[in-house]
Amino acid sequence: MSAVQVATTFETVRTPDPASRPVKIHAAKVKVTYGQKEALHGVSIDIPEKAVTAFIGPSGCGKSTFLRCINRMNDTIAGARVEGTIKLDERDIYDPDLDVVELRARVGMVFQKPNPFPKSIFDNVAYGPRIHGLARSKADLEEIVVTSLQKASLFNEVKDRLNEPGTGLSGGQQQRLCIARAIAVSPEVILMDEPCSALDPIATAKVEELIDELRANFTIVIVTHSMQQAARVSQRTAFFHLGHLIEEGPTDHLFTNPLEQRTQDYITGRFG
Amino acid sequence: MTEATSSLSASRIGGSETRSISKLDIGLKRRYAAERRFRTYGLVAVTIAICFLVALFGSIVAKGYTAFQQTRISMIVNFDANIIAPDGDRSPAAIMAGNAFRFDDLIAASLQSTLELDPNDEDALYDGLDLLSKGSAPMLRTMIAKDPSLIGTKRNVDFYATGDVDSFVKGSIRADIPESQRLVKDRHIAIIQKLEKEGALRLAFNTGLFTNGASTRPELAGVGVALVGSLYMMLVVLVLSLPLGVAGSIYLEEFAPKNRWTDLIEVNINNLAAVPSIVYGLLGLAVFINFAHLPRSASLVGGLVLTLTTLPTIIIATRAALKAVPPSIREAGLGVGASKMQTVFHHVLPLAMPGVLTGTIIGLAHALGETAPLLMIGMKAFIVEYPTTPFDPATALPTQIYMWATEPERAFTERTSAAIIVLLAFLLAMNSLAIILRRAFERRW
Ligand SMILES: Nc1ncnc2c1ncn2[C@@H]1O[C@H](COP(=O)(O)OP(=O)(O)OP(=O)(O)O)[C@@H](O)[C@H]1O
Ligand SMILES: [Mg+2]
Repeated sequence: MSAVQVATTFETVRTPDPASRPVKIHAAKVKVTYGQKEALHGVSIDIPEKAVTAFIGPSGCGKSTFLRCINRMNDTIAGARVEGTIKLDERDIYDPDLDVVELRARVGMVFQKPNPFPKSIFDNVAYGPRIHGLARSKADLEEIVVTSLQKASLFNEVKDRLNEPGTGLSGGQQQRLCIARAIAVSPEVILMDEPCSALDPIATAKVEELIDELRANFTIVIVTHSMQQAARVSQRTAFFHLGHLIEEGPTDHLFTNPLEQRTQDYITGRFG
Repeated sequence: MTEATSSLSASRIGGSETRSISKLDIGLKRRYAAERRFRTYGLVAVTIAICFLVALFGSIVAKGYTAFQQTRISMIVNFDANIIAPDGDRSPAAIMAGNAFRFDDLIAASLQSTLELDPNDEDALYDGLDLLSKGSAPMLRTMIAKDPSLIGTKRNVDFYATGDVDSFVKGSIRADIPESQRLVKDRHIAIIQKLEKEGALRLAFNTGLFTNGASTRPELAGVGVALVGSLYMMLVVLVLSLPLGVAGSIYLEEFAPKNRWTDLIEVNINNLAAVPSIVYGLLGLAVFINFAHLPRSASLVGGLVLTLTTLPTIIIATRAALKAVPPSIREAGLGVGASKMQTVFHHVLPLAMPGVLTGTIIGLAHALGETAPLLMIGMKAFIVEYPTTPFDPATALPTQIYMWATEPERAFTERTSAAIIVLLAFLLAMNSLAIILRRAFERRW
């Protein structure tokens, strides 16, 4: 294989957004190295506003790594280095002048395993607004908590036990609590890293329904291993393989007639 | 479960394969036997440990419990104004000054009347005085100085018997050994028996054991000064090592970059925890006393040295507790936009708190029992007066035990064991506190 061939092979195949939504996150040539090992080899993607973008790909291909670049969660990993540019609303998020705490208030995250704080349900949701000073009064705070829980379609299940520990909820409820916690700081973007992988089908269906509702107000990026899930919830899908972004386009387009052979192989279950 | 598997494999393989089933069974038997053997070893080990513990505590309690009682001789004292204040000056200063023998005269007079002695029989009087602690006259003097209104009255006063009389009354000096080898002579025994019959001589709870300072006379010696000294030291250790240790661990665990330098520091902290404590004593002697010129024998210096010995323990325990907090909690905190500091103090540290507190209290308990470094910095002095500040000379419980253990008298031997009981009681209390605090702070996640 010659160098030229390699370069062309890893050129991302793009299909433009038919709805042509404005770009929320713009990433160009993002490379991530863990110590000596390069995990992402230059990923460029535009993520549209108020839509769900799904990242799919085989295990270890760098989906989580890229997702964690968007709210600079990789900063917390010793030895992780990020190159390239990522812009949120035209603003470079790796700019030294940008405050990472403020960035994370604008870009919330929901993790694979539900991780509520070992505090009450109320305090779990109220924590973010409290530290960011979003509520001017106690009533304000209560309202934020209630609306966040409602948006996360959890309120009806927990309204009688807001003072009980969040860790006492079921797995699916905990994950929705974590989503409510992320919503409570009114972020613009919500990153979700396999949010349903620890949940049963019924809880999964609830979370998916919720994601679909949240799309109206938030830009959502979701990593998933389930092709069906990607097809169900997302408008755009990006396929990662071995640290490269292979193909990216409208979800129905990518699943029905992928342009790249590797995408085809992956979605038909020939590898991964 | 195992049965199910074996029958499953048998059915899968088919009826002809009975050999493989028996083979499986033999393996299982061996494994169960190994498990039984291991359980037996464990049970034996635990039994031996409990036996040693019972023997240790049993022997200490058996030797020491008698020290919690002490022989008293109560006599009616005539606080004769002509003897106490011959010049009419009844101020405490005047009572404390002047000829101390005049108080001996008071005691002699009341002894003569209690025993109904012939006033001219000097030998009988001296035999009687032999039973009373040599600290009796000073005791009477301070009593009067504290309350001059006693002068001119008649009161019942409890005097301490000497350590030897005390040992005789408790039966540890036996009457059936030859008189020449006995510390309490026959004529003394006669008086003791007479006093006992009159009800003047009896055993009472030994409050002096907890309130008195050092004394060459066992009946007047107590752990009071040592208790105060140990308390001051624990305060110094707590105030210094808890914030330093916790702050240091949080920095190392959560904030410091992971590089060669922090690795080096980590290795060295672990090494420091293994350094023999006497080395810290030498360091304390060189740095705090010879260089910084802090007062010798002061609980402050003891506390500083013990802080050095305790810090590694606290740091190691705190770091382990911080490590045990699941990283997902940190991610959750950072994910909603909390700063690193907020994440640590709002979420990580509260979860680590039970471990931190347990580590701290175990460290303090170690420090409380530490002896060698305190001997190095001179906390084995003969100190009668209570220390009022941590800068005053003091002793500590373990060094007091060490000093008493070298005394030959039977009464000191029982006090040694009694002091050990007191020390163990404190350690037990601290460990229970650690358990209670851990329970109180424990939270699920
Ligand atoms: N903290 C880390 N230190 C070193 N290497 C890492 C670290 N995190 C991820 N990697 C490596 O980076 C590569 C991409 O990992 P990443 O977690 O992004 O994969 P992924 O696509 O999310 O996989 P999965 O679907 O299994 O979650 C992998 O080869 C992984 O071994
Ligand atoms: Mg992942």
